[in-house]
Amino acid sequence: MEEAKGEEVTLFGFWSSPFVHRVTWALNIKKIKYKYVEEDLCNKSDLLLEHNPVYKKVPVLVYNGKAIAESLIILEFIEETWKENSIMPQDPYEKAIARFWATAAGDGLWQFFITEGKEREEALASVINNFELLEKELIGKNFFGGDRIGYLDISVGWISYGVPIFEEITEFKIITEEKFPLLHAWMEAFSSSEFVKDTLPPREKLSERYRKVREAIIQKKN
Amino acid sequence: MASEKGVMLLDFWVSPFGQRARIALAEKGVQYEYKEENLTEKSELLLKANPVHKKIPVLIHDGKPVCESLIIVEYINEVWSDKAPLMPSDPYQKAQARFWADFVDKKVYDCGSRLWKLKGEEQQAAKKEMIEILQLLEAQLGDKKYFGGDSFGFVDVAFVPFTSWFYSYETCANFSVEGVAPKIAQWAKRCMERESVAKTLYDPKKVYEFVCFLKKKFGVE
Repeated sequence: MEEAKGEEVTLFGFWSSPFVHRVTWALNIKKIKYKYVEEDLCNKSDLLLEHNPVYKKVPVLVYNGKAIAESLIILEFIEETWKENSIMPQDPYEKAIARFWATAAGDGLWQFFITEGKEREEALASVINNFELLEKELIGKNFFGGDRIGYLDISVGWISYGVPIFEEITEFKIITEEKFPLLHAWMEAFSSSEFVKDTLPPREKLSERYRKVREAIIQKKN
Repeated sequence: MASEKGVMLLDFWVSPFGQRARIALAEKGVQYEYKEENLTEKSELLLKANPVHKKIPVLIHDGKPVCESLIIVEYINEVWSDKAPLMPSDPYQKAQARFWADFVDKKVYDCGSRLWKLKGEEQQAAKKEMIEILQLLEAQLGDKKYFGGDSFGFVDVAFVPFTSWFYSYETCANFSVEGVAPKIAQWAKRCMERESVAKTLYDPKKVYEFVCFLKKKFGVE
């Protein structure tokens, strides 16, 4: 474990947050020793509010007293601060593609999850369109990062456990081995990776949480 | 896309997002071909270059498309690294720059749109929010020449295109940027002294004409 002299790394998080998981995975891959603080999102700590006054959200990484917020920004900070076990592509174009998909990959998925009828169909069409393009990024590779897990794998890693839960709750399978063979294989490879497998939240607990959130949203609409 | 050598920018004249790319290219002294898109009838090239969002701006460099304005600016900064660095070298300062550019992205355009689209109480709420946004940004700027310190940087590029919309925001919602965030108003003037900015931004009255056109189009009184 890397623990440079006088380095203090703290991660403020919440067990179910996919944004927090991104940071956890990056810290694991970089072998960075850190302290984890679980926040109660209904009763946020003074420390969290002090470190992220703009959004008051998790994750926040505090490094030697300096706070960094927004998960993707934290990933790039981690990459630039700890040089070993690089997660970013070197080539500027590949970096741009990775940064693009880091946010675009999830487009439509939440809409698909929380809507019904025609709205849901439209969201699904958008999701499928994106996944078809995303699948192409895996051609000839085990991971988006190539042989090893990289920034994009980490950024979209939540798909590996989140989508199956969405599929179960909505009773609709999106990522089938038939339609998305590469994505399907990637999900398995990513979630069973040594850096990921012990970090995943308990599936039943997570599924229950998403189920409740969905019910509340749909009920409010009707 | 043919692997043509060179740089092309697919854009829309008044888009603040497109202007970010234009300003970055100008700062770096990069020659490029500008292609104006008709957003009601998007070109085949645009649809092919940005199949996910079908939006401008798209930078096409040697046939390869880069989408999303802030990603484009970082790309431009990394490729043409010999001149006018737009990012600090310290990782923490970089993270701060990305955070505030992202803040501008999340907040300014949406809130600004609500200022001219809405009326009554909803507009008042948007106005209150815009003032908070401007004051938060002003606190970040402090007494620095630019958000980037002495050098014009990433956050400056991200935010400066919106300064040509200030007049529209002020007119629609009845407030003054100079009144609520004087340092931001002064910063805007300083930025206009830069050739890259002065040659890219349109006259605020022209932007307001465009806003009026949009209001008519969306049936807003």
